[in-house]
Amino acid sequence: MTTRIDRRFATLSRENRAALVTFLMAGDPDPATSLDILRALPKAGADVIEVGMPFTDPMADGPSIQAAGLRALKAGMTLQKTLGLVADFRKHDHDTPIVLMGYYNPIYVFGVDRFLATAKAAGVDGLIVVDLPPEEDDELCKPALAAGLNFIRLATPTTDDRRLPRVLENTSGFVYYVSLTGVTGAAIADYSRVSDAVARIKGHTQLPVAVGFGVKTADNARAIGGQADGVVVGTALVDALKSTLDAQDRAGADTVTKVAALVGELAAGARAARN
Amino acid sequence: MNQQAPNSLRNGPDERGRFGLFGGRFVAETLMPLILDLERAYAQARTDPAFRAELDGLLKHYVGRPSPLYFAERMTEHLGGAKIYFKRDELNHTGAHKINNVLGQILLARRMGKKRIIAETGAGQHGVATATACARFGLECVVYMGAVDVERQKPNVFRMNMLGAKVVPVRSGARTLKDAMNEALRDWVTNVADTFYCIGTAAGPHPYPAMVRDFQCVIGEEARAQMLQAEGRLPDSLVAAIGGGSNAIGLFHPFLDDKDVAIYGVEAAGYGLEVENGHAASLAGGRPGVLHGNRTYLLMDDDGQILEGHSISAGLDYPGIGPEHAWLRDIGRVTYLSATDREALDAFQLCSKLEGIIPALEPAHALAKVIELAPRLPRDHLMVMNLCGRGDKDIFAVADHLGVKI
Repeated sequence: MTTRIDRRFATLSRENRAALVTFLMAGDPDPATSLDILRALPKAGADVIEVGMPFTDPMADGPSIQAAGLRALKAGMTLQKTLGLVADFRKHDHDTPIVLMGYYNPIYVFGVDRFLATAKAAGVDGLIVVDLPPEEDDELCKPALAAGLNFIRLATPTTDDRRLPRVLENTSGFVYYVSLTGVTGAAIADYSRVSDAVARIKGHTQLPVAVGFGVKTADNARAIGGQADGVVVGTALVDALKSTLDAQDRAGADTVTKVAALVGELAAGARAARN
Repeated sequence: MNQQAPNSLRNGPDERGRFGLFGGRFVAETLMPLILDLERAYAQARTDPAFRAELDGLLKHYVGRPSPLYFAERMTEHLGGAKIYFKRDELNHTGAHKINNVLGQILLARRMGKKRIIAETGAGQHGVATATACARFGLECVVYMGAVDVERQKPNVFRMNMLGAKVVPVRSGARTLKDAMNEALRDWVTNVADTFYCIGTAAGPHPYPAMVRDFQCVIGEEARAQMLQAEGRLPDSLVAAIGGGSNAIGLFHPFLDDKDVAIYGVEAAGYGLEVENGHAASLAGGRPGVLHGNRTYLLMDDDGQILEGHSISAGLDYPGIGPEHAWLRDIGRVTYLSATDREALDAFQLCSKLEGIIPALEPAHALAKVIELAPRLPRDHLMVMNLCGRGDKDIFAVADHLGVKI
């Protein structure tokens, strides 16, 4: 089955450029602004959009994304509303893949079957659930694949060759290579090691490999875009958003434009990578 | 362990780390290889007589085990029913049961060649125990503690510093124990090569719940032998307080297959179970969910967002519970009760006055239910309560509640 994600990476491969994959938290800083940002992303240059599902206890995220989740929750965001956000986005955009990213508990509490049905109907294309390793594939991964959603797995520097096949076994859409051991937003990646790691993963799979963690600037995006099929940027965008908020975390007049501007710069970087 | 009959209640977890529905390994991929390493190393260590011998030596000469099984004569007279024994783990070095588990994990960390130890702590008891063992073995120690708890538990922060540990105040989220655990997991994800995460309770991703339980089972194994010696038979009931549940599972587990032994776990009911977000009773007031690497009962809202809960006891103030307890509740082997802050405070004072033992607020919750259960039971009913910690750390909090300035 070909999904929006498959089609998008196939198109980009023909154009010989890396995908810019953007991450922002659903409902940050409030649901309405969040929808405006989401709608602005494709035009600004985002090829794949990751939408964070807010959670109180994001154990693999650094301070920026933790704070984004808490802002969203404070603004009344819920998983139901996150799915609604995607459905609203889909009314005007039928091509840009949407990947929901987060932690398992809100999905488990929502109900796996109900979640998958609602997500599919809303126009979600894939899932990244940080705390579901292959050892727990029966929980959500297999049902998600059966429901026609991609299940995108993280591979990390600790995922050695012995373990990679297990990690890749039920992965679809693309592989998200986490370029460092650490939380989101931690540090700039060591670029020489990234291309080795991408080559190592590609030795085990035909899937596109996107690289994230530590990508902050257009230069970073250019460096990664030359070595991988996709460049993932999250914390830098969340920080740009945060910089426009007032002391009460309310959106400013420039919140949408500032995020979109950074996406534009990153997209230019990613597009310049192979020229 | 795991040498039991096929139908034993002591066989869990299965190879996926599950106790029925509960447990598992819900962690980020970065940690998965580390957890598998830990599982292998522990499986090897537990069957190595040299490992056991070294741990037993430390438990005897460093911790002061076995802890006495003490007949609480005046408490028994006062309540006028069951004959009450205290398992006195408050007499251990560092003042609580936490050290039993910490020493096991630190010896394992040494076997694995890990030089840096991280831990989370709420009230500071597990942090102090970990700092103590790290000092004893010359290991680097970093303790994550919610910024709110750092303020509330200054004496324990000072103790940890004296022992050479670095205490990191956690300012994310709600700034208490669950956030300290998140931050410890973030440290582990970052420092994968040299770091061992010493978890303080029988929760977290497999193999922690089983491993911590095994290290705490010394409590129940001793109590069993001591009771046989004192009374010539097994006790009729066991009572222990539950936050994450490590002292309780340590006492309970060796008795799980003894069908005639009634077992009671006591959760913290805080301001009362009816007060929304005002208690820390995950079993009484929570639902199954996934947090900190395992599926278990959690305090959360309708959206699956984790609640803080409340208890006067910082050691019970955690929105989850060990997965084996979740399972034991669902199969009905253990009866889970709860005690309010008020009941625990009353029990704290009664124990001090009648027995000359100032208990920690955690076992004061267990004692509150002993006070309720014992008078209805016959005089030949033998009841063992785990007095898992001493109250030195709590005198400021209790004085505050009693309106006394110290």
